[in-house]
Amino acid sequence: MELKRMMEKGLLSSFSRSLHMLSKNIQGSLNLHLQPLGIFGRREYLSKAYFDGDKGWTSSGSIQGAALKSGKAELQTTGQRFSMLMESLKRRHFSTTGNGADDQKNEKEKISVTFVDKDGNEKEIKVPIGMSMLEAAHENDIDLEGACEGSLACSTCHVIVMDVDHYNKLEDPTDEENDMLDLAFGLTETSRLGCQVIAKPELDGIRLALPAATRNFAVDGYVPKPH
Amino acid sequence: MYNCLLLMIKKLQYGIMALSSLQKWFFRGICSASSKPLHVCVVGGGPAGFYTAEKMLKAHKEVQLDIIDRLPTPFGLVRSGVAPDHPETKIVVNQFSRLAENERFSFFGNVSLGTSVSLSELCDIYHVVVLAYGAESDRILGIPGEDLNGIHSAREFVWWYNGHPDCKCVAPELKTTDTAVVLGQGNVALDIARILLQDPAELERTDIAEHALASLRESSIRKVYLVGRRGPVQAACTAKELREILSLKHVQVHIQEADLVKSPLDEEELKRSRIQRRVYDLLSKIASSQPSDHVSCERDLHFVFFRRPASFLPCNDANKVCRVRLEKTFLKENGATGRQSAVGSGEFEELECGLVFKSIGYKSLPVDGLPFNDQKGIVPNDRGRVLSNAGKEPSNFVPGLYVVGWLKRGPTGIIATNLYCAEETVGSITEDLQQGALHPHISLDKPGRDGLLHILQDKNIRFVSFKDWEKINTKEINDGKLKSKPREKITSWEELQEIATQ
Repeated sequence: MELKRMMEKGLLSSFSRSLHMLSKNIQGSLNLHLQPLGIFGRREYLSKAYFDGDKGWTSSGSIQGAALKSGKAELQTTGQRFSMLMESLKRRHFSTTGNGADDQKNEKEKISVTFVDKDGNEKEIKVPIGMSMLEAAHENDIDLEGACEGSLACSTCHVIVMDVDHYNKLEDPTDEENDMLDLAFGLTETSRLGCQVIAKPELDGIRLALPAATRNFAVDGYVPKPH
Repeated sequence: MYNCLLLMIKKLQYGIMALSSLQKWFFRGICSASSKPLHVCVVGGGPAGFYTAEKMLKAHKEVQLDIIDRLPTPFGLVRSGVAPDHPETKIVVNQFSRLAENERFSFFGNVSLGTSVSLSELCDIYHVVVLAYGAESDRILGIPGEDLNGIHSAREFVWWYNGHPDCKCVAPELKTTDTAVVLGQGNVALDIARILLQDPAELERTDIAEHALASLRESSIRKVYLVGRRGPVQAACTAKELREILSLKHVQVHIQEADLVKSPLDEEELKRSRIQRRVYDLLSKIASSQPSDHVSCERDLHFVFFRRPASFLPCNDANKVCRVRLEKTFLKENGATGRQSAVGSGEFEELECGLVFKSIGYKSLPVDGLPFNDQKGIVPNDRGRVLSNAGKEPSNFVPGLYVVGWLKRGPTGIIATNLYCAEETVGSITEDLQQGALHPHISLDKPGRDGLLHILQDKNIRFVSFKDWEKINTKEINDGKLKSKPREKITSWEELQEIATQ
């Protein structure tokens, strides 16, 4: 029961976070600059719509375009999180099956993700639906850098999706993500930014490799030919 | 009988060998298990310094590490280089600040290598010294007229609008001309063009220095030329910055279709590089798009390719620049590297302007007692280990001395480039520790932090600790709140030191 409650709390908070970001993105795309609510703490999932809980709107130059794009992504994520939340609540209040079946269903609300570091060491973790891989890595003490804390302003959370099938199940990267992937070290055909890969049921069992730091990195951010 | 004796001697020998290796193993075990600290000093508190500090502290539990920086404020170019309208790029300081919570770490601001403490003094009191002080000077063109008024290096201008305490007085004259020429087409050049052409109202809620905002409000600059020696295929900027400059309101971007023609070598280059491919696609899009009629474009940005500066010319005022003489270039392949260089064609043209920014690269400064390659502007090194004799044969490693960041690689790359650079240097240090390459140097007792405190006390230098920096940080943030800015930067040495020492 405890686990369920925690799961729900997690779902609820990630859903309300999504809703919050979504509303900000809608505002952004309509070019409205409303005062930030500042409800959420530092670890807020920042999107490229330049809304920051502490600083408010920062760059208004490209807000419309960026907000619209990430608004679409937010809509999808919010939708997913909403349906997950509804499922969980339904099960909790209307389920007549015993605890065993409930626990099984709990497991389905988290997916299994395996991180493989540059030395080949593997670590399997459970990630709740709706959480980004970057957040999940940090919560499980996995060494994934996140210099810009998920605001699409760096490439340090670069991960390589080891299975092409899983890679194809991800939404296409936005221009903003591609711009950052340009600068990633050890870029491959199935590279993505960890902060943009959000856990969903179809990604269960996904394996993510942390790119090896290449010894001969060129000084101008030159990316070796993808292989 | 004789054979027995031989056998006994052999056995004794084996016994002694076994005992001595046991002893070595024992002592090595003792050394790593002992709490004898390894004192490390990192000179320079920018991304290279902080990433190195983070990795050293993580990899070695016996390390006591100090970062020294000549400014009272840490974070280097994250604070004084990243453009004010790129706040997300500065978020990395949160990660760096967390280092301050580590008891084995200390920050010493207002301590300058060379004046406050010399390199040899540092090598005396620390086991390992890592130089991460970056590049605080500029490449020069070496052409006539470079000393005229109105010609600035990109570094100076960027420091100026970011409120660096060294650049408050090097204010550019933005009211006397409507045209500025920026030489170079990297991301710094794009930053300069964007800051000059952006509506100042858009910068009001950023952490831009107040004196710069005031000056930009009165600026008469309406046209900026971004001049590059080579073509759009070789442009050094990246997609994000290019996209940003295209979305500037009231700014029309101009590119000549003729410049976009690609040679077979250009096609090869594009095939090899994803970054260049995406940049070229964006530049082609600009050239082919029609100017939007419904939005009035009061400002113009021109991308000029295949031109290199030959000289700067004054007009009426003999001390001030008013024209740039440019030589047309064409590309020629440089040996087997596939890299194409610009070669002068002998044809010249002139561009009228009152302001010039040279965005052709930063350059590191040498320090007394440090091997330095003047031509490349870096310290000769092998994966971070400093080489004596300027890298020429025969050269040795200078034990205990390492470099990281721009001082090691040259002044290019992004913040994240230092992540991997630091990993390499820390890897070299770790290797040297494990293989005993630093013996007997490493086994000497050194005072480390206490030694530094002693030296600073003797010279009466009031250093700025991380807690002192937090006083500055808090004041800047609070002052910023009054103007809806993330912070209001304090830009004078005196005021910074005053607040730090409260």
